[in-house]
Amino acid sequence: MIDFALSRASSPAEASEQAAKSKTVQQGAQVRYVAGGTTLIDLMKLDVETPVRVVDINRLELARTERQPDGSLHIGAMVRNADLAHDPNVVRDYPVLSQALLSGATGQLRNMATTGGNLLQRTRCSYFRDLAYAECNKRTPGSGCAAIGGHNRTHAILGTSEHCIATHPSDMAVAMMALEARIHILNGQSEREVPIGEFYLLPGNTPNLENVLKPGDLITYVTLPPPVAGARSHYLKLRDRASYEFALSSAAVVIQTEGGRIRKARIALGGVGTRPWRSPEAEHALEGKAADETTFRAAADAALRNAKPQRDNAFKVELAKRCLIRALTTVTT
Amino acid sequence: MSEQNRDPAVPEKIVTDETEQSKEKPFGHFTRRTFIAQLGAAGIAATATPSLAAAATQEAAAPSAREETIAVTLSINGKKQTLNIEPRVTLLDCLRERLNLTGTKKGCDHGQCGACTVHINGRRVNSCLTFAAMHEGDEITTIEGIGQPGNLHPMQAAFVEHDGYQCGYCTSGQIMSAVAVLKEPWGPEDKDVREAMSGNICRCGAYPNIVAAVQQVRGNSQKSS
Repeated sequence: MIDFALSRASSPAEASEQAAKSKTVQQGAQVRYVAGGTTLIDLMKLDVETPVRVVDINRLELARTERQPDGSLHIGAMVRNADLAHDPNVVRDYPVLSQALLSGATGQLRNMATTGGNLLQRTRCSYFRDLAYAECNKRTPGSGCAAIGGHNRTHAILGTSEHCIATHPSDMAVAMMALEARIHILNGQSEREVPIGEFYLLPGNTPNLENVLKPGDLITYVTLPPPVAGARSHYLKLRDRASYEFALSSAAVVIQTEGGRIRKARIALGGVGTRPWRSPEAEHALEGKAADETTFRAAADAALRNAKPQRDNAFKVELAKRCLIRALTTVTT
Repeated sequence: MSEQNRDPAVPEKIVTDETEQSKEKPFGHFTRRTFIAQLGAAGIAATATPSLAAAATQEAAAPSAREETIAVTLSINGKKQTLNIEPRVTLLDCLRERLNLTGTKKGCDHGQCGACTVHINGRRVNSCLTFAAMHEGDEITTIEGIGQPGNLHPMQAAFVEHDGYQCGYCTSGQIMSAVAVLKEPWGPEDKDVREAMSGNICRCGAYPNIVAAVQQVRGNSQKSS
């Protein structure tokens, strides 16, 4: 690991001020916040991340969840994944989020990883993580992509480009996609809110740019809208082993039914997209229809219609469909 | 050192912490650890190449690219210790290489195996994925603080009783994890223990015995509470 300077931020504004000195907050950032450290320190050991300054934000007062008068839930950026998974409001009103969190990583890592950090979790693409491969457009723009034509069993089939097929690894963010979370960002004295659906960028020609964050931005909290009345939600994760593994395919579903028909559907997929994958196509195929297998199958087909498999991951197309169908069946029976 | 003018061509300094090692208490006999450490030093001397030596000289002559070390007071197993460390020193390396608390093991060094599990403020974490300098004011507990020969923690005793290991390398991490699991909201079944403990890999495959050990202690603590 290269050397760096470590400082501790005493307030969100001070953290933002220090981070504003970075030329970018995307790949290659000169200044990084460290929260749980489970992504950043891992990548610093691999020399994939080489910040010259690391700002410790662990003492910031951002570790609370707070129910708002309008019924929404504020989740502080420093709330640990383990705490969020067991938060009574989350367990009761947003089970899809609790299930997603508990399906991710391990007890130790969930005690460390934070809400803000999980949103910024980096891909597990083994070519991105290994400097022995010079070709990685996400690490070194213009260098090529070793995963296309390489070993790509775990890579994305949705949202890919000819420059990058790296999968977004988060479970939490997939659930938050289906819950239509809003991300609150502080920069110096100004604040703004970004819907999670607009937060992540597709790789396109610039896979090094992963989200809309700018130098000085600090995620302070995430807002979950009030729970949809009468809706049920569920997270299903399929993977190579029963625990402690990234998703090959996952589905976050929020479904409101009325008299056997689906009134409202919010669908997001994990393990298959270059970003946490909201599927308006599946939602459209579900809403107003009978909650039965024919409808679920049509929704799954719609969600994967534009899938573009690689050499090793064609199985993901069918796997993702079955995953979604099973999640929908679970939540409506 | 400004942030812009670091020369990426300057090789990363090879850190040998001989001064620290010399502070180790003499044992009066070879332990496995001191023996291996000496073997390692001899191996390095025998294989050092001229280019490595040249790089080291160059590094010494050039103004240091390193940030200054920082003074940190850590509370470990109830004892406060102040030391100067580089920011990049992980808690794991700090425990093992600076404080000689070698009960905590380094397996993968990337948060994938759990051998380095310690408690910070009572919660289990991977000590390889956090910088020591981030933990001023935190209460850190290692396997040495859980129990000692003659005064074992019930979980340590249960691992012995159930033979919850073969080579023993993962064991301190397993026990640190298991002790924390007692305080976490998990179900009562064996499958719940397996899920709770999935962040601790045992390459010898002692899992059934580990589950039995954890279940015994959980059963006893539930009866007594």
